[in-house]
Amino acid sequence: MIHQTSLVAVAIFAAFVLGVLGLSFWLGRKGQSAAGYYAAHGQIHWFVNGIAFAGDYLSAASFLGICGMIAFSGYDGFLYSIGFLAGWIVSLFVIAEPIKALGKFTFADALDSRFNSRGIKLAVAISTLVVSIFYLIPQMVGAGSLIKPLLGLAHEAGVILVGVTVTLIVVTAGMVSTTWVQFIKGSLLVFFCGVLTALILGRGLAVNAGREGAENLAPQVRTVKPDGSVLVDGQPQSKDHDLRPVGTILRLPERYGAARSTGPLGPLAYLAALEDSTVVTWAPKKHADTDGVHAIFSPVEKRGSDLLKPGGSFKGLTTGKLADRLDFASLMLALFCGTASLPHILIRYYTVKDAAAARKSTVVGIAAIGVFYVLTLFLGLGAMTSGALDPTDTNMAAPLLAKTFSDTLFAVISAIAFTTVLGTVSGLIMAGSGAVAHDLAENVFGMRMTDHEKIRVGKLAAVGLGIVAMALGILFRNFNVSFLVGWAFNIAASANLPALVMLLFWPRTTRQGIIAAVTAGMLSSLGWILLSADTFEKVYGLPRDHALTPFSQPGIVTIPLGFVVLVVVSLLTPPAAASSTPRR
Amino acid sequence: MAANRDPGQPDDGTAASRLGLFLFWIYVALYGGFMALVLVRPDLLSRRPFGGVNLAILYGMGLIVAAFVLAVVYMLLRAGRREGPRS
Repeated sequence: MIHQTSLVAVAIFAAFVLGVLGLSFWLGRKGQSAAGYYAAHGQIHWFVNGIAFAGDYLSAASFLGICGMIAFSGYDGFLYSIGFLAGWIVSLFVIAEPIKALGKFTFADALDSRFNSRGIKLAVAISTLVVSIFYLIPQMVGAGSLIKPLLGLAHEAGVILVGVTVTLIVVTAGMVSTTWVQFIKGSLLVFFCGVLTALILGRGLAVNAGREGAENLAPQVRTVKPDGSVLVDGQPQSKDHDLRPVGTILRLPERYGAARSTGPLGPLAYLAALEDSTVVTWAPKKHADTDGVHAIFSPVEKRGSDLLKPGGSFKGLTTGKLADRLDFASLMLALFCGTASLPHILIRYYTVKDAAAARKSTVVGIAAIGVFYVLTLFLGLGAMTSGALDPTDTNMAAPLLAKTFSDTLFAVISAIAFTTVLGTVSGLIMAGSGAVAHDLAENVFGMRMTDHEKIRVGKLAAVGLGIVAMALGILFRNFNVSFLVGWAFNIAASANLPALVMLLFWPRTTRQGIIAAVTAGMLSSLGWILLSADTFEKVYGLPRDHALTPFSQPGIVTIPLGFVVLVVVSLLTPPAAASSTPRR
Repeated sequence: MAANRDPGQPDDGTAASRLGLFLFWIYVALYGGFMALVLVRPDLLSRRPFGGVNLAILYGMGLIVAAFVLAVVYMLLRAGRREGPRS
């Protein structure tokens, strides 16, 4: 669909960008130390850090992706919310306090705290960079994809705008400015999602989204011709001749009689009414011929009760095949284990003063993120029945839902969608900058640096990573990257979690065991992913049945593998007491 | 199982670790139970035990609320204990 550019959205986004840049330069005006650049001197208040956790963690995938998935597939999108939040339990109860106690600037500091080994630092720095880059690509591509419908700019403009802004945020005041940007983003995101949910409940459910008469249920066809031009139902696409927005209630529950609207509903009543309603969803079917690629969107009547139970999207919940079930279980395991292994999340623990503050900030983070994920259910369901969905773009569900209330709210939600990218990308670049400058340059390659030089190298690394992020965001522009976030969770959980957990709970762990576990977890999960059916189909363009792995999500195999490798290698190598001499 | 800690940590380190792990395993049981239902008995999740809302949504929301409740319980139980110099 062709979306009208909102000047208000442009103005709000510009104001936000200028505001955070101004704040960053103001915070960076004082002289800095390495402790300030990498860890904000450990002086961030626990509440601010907790909300910054939310700002760091809630990426575009969480906001736009989950809302879109719920809007188009129903309950299965909510399974992501459940898995993403559950991961914070591992963080709080297992990781938070030890990681604060053991580390200084980076995740590698903590893993290497007992051994002082260059091998550990090297393995963990590489794993940090791999996970961060896998996470960066979807964020940057997301920024480019969003900027055209929302602000009317080209894909490259969105990527460069986000890349330059984030790099400036990081190099001006490092972790201090990154924290405050994430705090502002986290606050705005939760607050405005709350506003939107209140409006959804206030409006209730209405037949045909409150419009007169019955919905037009004729199928719609979108054709992309070989020359790139687009037809809708055989005619050139234009603002006056475009796909119809979709997603409506066909029938309300019998208890509402002939009424076409429920009126305002409470949260439980809203869900109960939707369960008993009949909803029209639009299923796409694609085929290609010499005239181009055709997407046919046909209406499907579904009972609300079917949309609000698992199985709308994940094959593992419908086909009954063992491999599909394992694929689903593996994804949910990776979401559970991955959060506590993400480098850009872990470094936030160094920005507070002590273990108590780390603990309290995690509780605040869980509260903010939990509220957000409950709200996403209502946002997704509100979008599903709003009559405003773009059948070609699931990511636009939340902004288009906002537009049904007011253009100003659409502008605000659109601007917030960009801020989700800014907050998460700044955290990723900060984590990567620490891995390059602190772990690799200083600790692995032994570069002796003054405090000032450490900051300079960190800033140079941030600029380099910013350029890499922009290049990848442009290079992968036509690439289906939504599943890369799931990959990042799998790699993080497989490479980092076994080493971290065993270091904390198994005294027999050796440095060789940690190096082997990180390396085996990273390579096995990466290798599994590259040989999986999803990658064959979506990346290589090959048939799924040519894949060499039985299912696509590796975590259920590679996370236990990391533990096994660590135990075996540790038992085969001599236990070592804590050492102060660097070793290979 | 207690965390493998360095000497000089506060006396309550092991107790805190045990408490954290106890609450962690409670949540693992809740999360695992949910996943088992989704994978093995999805029909049960369609039942509506409360307010006309199905078990899939109630259990899912319950997991989010349980995470917060357990986190608050942990914070409160730890609040009264001595915090030693750990970093």
